Amino acid sequence: MKILVCISHVPDTTSKINFSDDNKVFDNQGVQFVINPNDEFGLTRAMWFKEKQNATVDVINVGKSNTESTLRKALAIGADKAIRIDSDPIDGFFVAKQIVDYVSSNPYDLIIAGRESIDYNGGMVPGLIAGMIKMNFVTNCTNLEIENSSATIEREIDGGKEILTCDLPLIIGGQKGLVEESDLRIPNMRGIMQARQKPLEVIACTNSDSKTKSIRFYKPAPREEVKLVSPDNLDQLIDMLHNEAKVL
Amino acid sequence: MSVLAYVESSKGKIRKNAFEIVSYSSALAKKLGSELIVLTINTEDSSELNKFGATKIIKVSSPDLDNFDAHLISNVISQVAKSTKSSHLVVSSSVNSRYMAPLLAVELDAGYLSNVVELPSELNPFTIKRTSFTNKAFCDATIDSDIKIIGLSSNAFGIIENQTNSSEEEFSVTLLDKKITLKSTEKVSGKISIADADIVISGGRGLKGPENWHLIEDLAETLGAATACSKPVSDMGWRPHSEHVGQTGKPVATNLYIAIGVSGAIQHLAGINASKVKVVINNDPEAPFFKAADYGVVGDAFDVVPRLNEKLKAFKAQNS
Ligand SMILES: Cc1cc2nc3c(=O)[nH]c(=O)nc-3n(C[C@H](O)[C@H](O)[C@H](O)COP(=O)(O)OP(=O)(O)OC[C@H]3O[C@@H](n4cnc5c(N)ncnc54)[C@H](O)[C@@H]3O)c2cc1C
Ligand SMILES: Nc1ncnc2c1ncn2[C@@H]1O[C@H](COP(=O)(O)O)[C@@H](O)[C@H]1O
Repeated sequence: MKILVCISHVPDTTSKINFSDDNKVFDNQGVQFVINPNDEFGLTRAMWFKEKQNATVDVINVGKSNTESTLRKALAIGADKAIRIDSDPIDGFFVAKQIVDYVSSNPYDLIIAGRESIDYNGGMVPGLIAGMIKMNFVTNCTNLEIENSSATIEREIDGGKEILTCDLPLIIGGQKGLVEESDLRIPNMRGIMQARQKPLEVIACTNSDSKTKSIRFYKPAPREEVKLVSPDNLDQLIDMLHNEAKVL
Repeated sequence: MSVLAYVESSKGKIRKNAFEIVSYSSALAKKLGSELIVLTINTEDSSELNKFGATKIIKVSSPDLDNFDAHLISNVISQVAKSTKSSHLVVSSSVNSRYMAPLLAVELDAGYLSNVVELPSELNPFTIKRTSFTNKAFCDATIDSDIKIIGLSSNAFGIIENQTNSSEEEFSVTLLDKKITLKSTEKVSGKISIADADIVISGGRGLKGPENWHLIEDLAETLGAATACSKPVSDMGWRPHSEHVGQTGKPVATNLYIAIGVSGAIQHLAGINASKVKVVINNDPEAPFFKAADYGVVGDAFDVVPRLNEKLKAFKAQNS
């Protein structure tokens, strides 16, 4: 089985988010970048398929050379090969089209992406890829099993979960549950050394359109101070929620 | 050129989020000077949609669409959109709509933006405000394609009553072959889901153990609220993963969010701060949640929550 894991390179979850003075781009000064958490769950599940079912695991990113540290980390965790498509990720359409162009000539049985990235948050790249290459697609995956060429998937839905089955090839949007938090791997020295020898292919981007543009970023207005209510005066809290906030 | 709003039903009944979708779409149609068409699938009675400005309702019915299949549904919506020559589509941010929308975007060669929180600020270029960086920031973005799909964040626009008389029309579709088989569905029965709730009560590690969760559940029952938890609480198995909210869990955009024994870590806040009113109950006045909340009680959950619950019961009895 050939697996491709889509890796989005995002600011660490603890990062303070700031923008350039003209508010046009994200200010990455002092920011640590990581593998998008949803992609890390997917990559870790892919390692399980590699170890238990002999799968090969490639990782792919659409980004400039600054994302290579993140791809090397994926190699250190155990991926066999990394591919970087050399372009800024303009929007979800653009990214999906780049990945589609790559997999059209390098087919995979299973593509694992994340439910959403924590930076752009579009929640759209895997679905767009699926639509463009007419591949079976399931998102919000919290469990994935593969038997021969058939997949059993657990999907989170509003207020519960469901179990689905379908044939490969398949693309999923993964999230926590695919593996547990405690299964996540911190690359060890050996992994890091090996990662240096593993192939990291850089591919030129193809000409493709974007359909949306992020033109301006800004932070929410500073919030008002919290109104503290004494634990001995809970009636006041109820009154405020009823008459002031109007939520009761 | 018309606006097409897709509203969801479950077991034949319109889902509550439909009213916000129709309210928003009606305002959008007005701004564009175009007609609003509302699409429902397998809905028995859609007359309630008239209250929020629907003028034309298109109904699609097929037993094969009873179970949600994103590939089939997106194809059905695209058939309706093409036949009505719709230029702007509005969908919700439910789990199912987020699943289906990118497939729909490809079918229609449309640009799609999710997490939208307002009406467009400009029509040319079509510019609209959305959240990004998991609610840590906003972004003005343009959709540059002819057909545009807007994924509206829940509780971002609100419900606006606007009684209209609508016409209804049946629309017949041809369905794609089903390639994904639904084996089973497990719903947490009798409970309100986080996505549908107006109020969410969330518990953190401060509650000390799963045996104390009756504090959260009792309060939720009094308020008709959904229950949620922080990540470590679900990681330790005190509560199911489906209750984990935050940046790596479920997003919450509700009217009232009450956090009990939750410290307010940046990843927790990122996932819940689209909620309108936030209340924190925590015994540590330095807990970061106090910087993100509207109302706070510095106190011991084991003392405050049972008393608050009794008072709320009395309040409810008086006000209903
Ligand atoms: C990549 C990544 C992603 C993450 N994603 C998420 C996410 O999506 N959601 C999430 O929630 N977390 C997430 N986290 C974890 C986050 O950083 C915090 O560790 C977590 O939110 C803390 O949970 P907590 O508030 O329940 O526990 P704690 O931080 O331990 O806080 C417990 C709080 O309870 C209070 N308390 C103790 N006793 C009482 C009492 N008797 N009465 C009242 N209050 C009391 C304490 O003062 C304290 O503030 C993520 C972390 C990482 C690294
Ligand atoms: N630039 C990128 N390169 C590779 N994969 C990406 C990129 N951006 C997004 N993805 C994948 O698509 C998923 C959803 O991203 P998004 O649509 O941006 O929310 C991510 O979790 C990744 O798996």
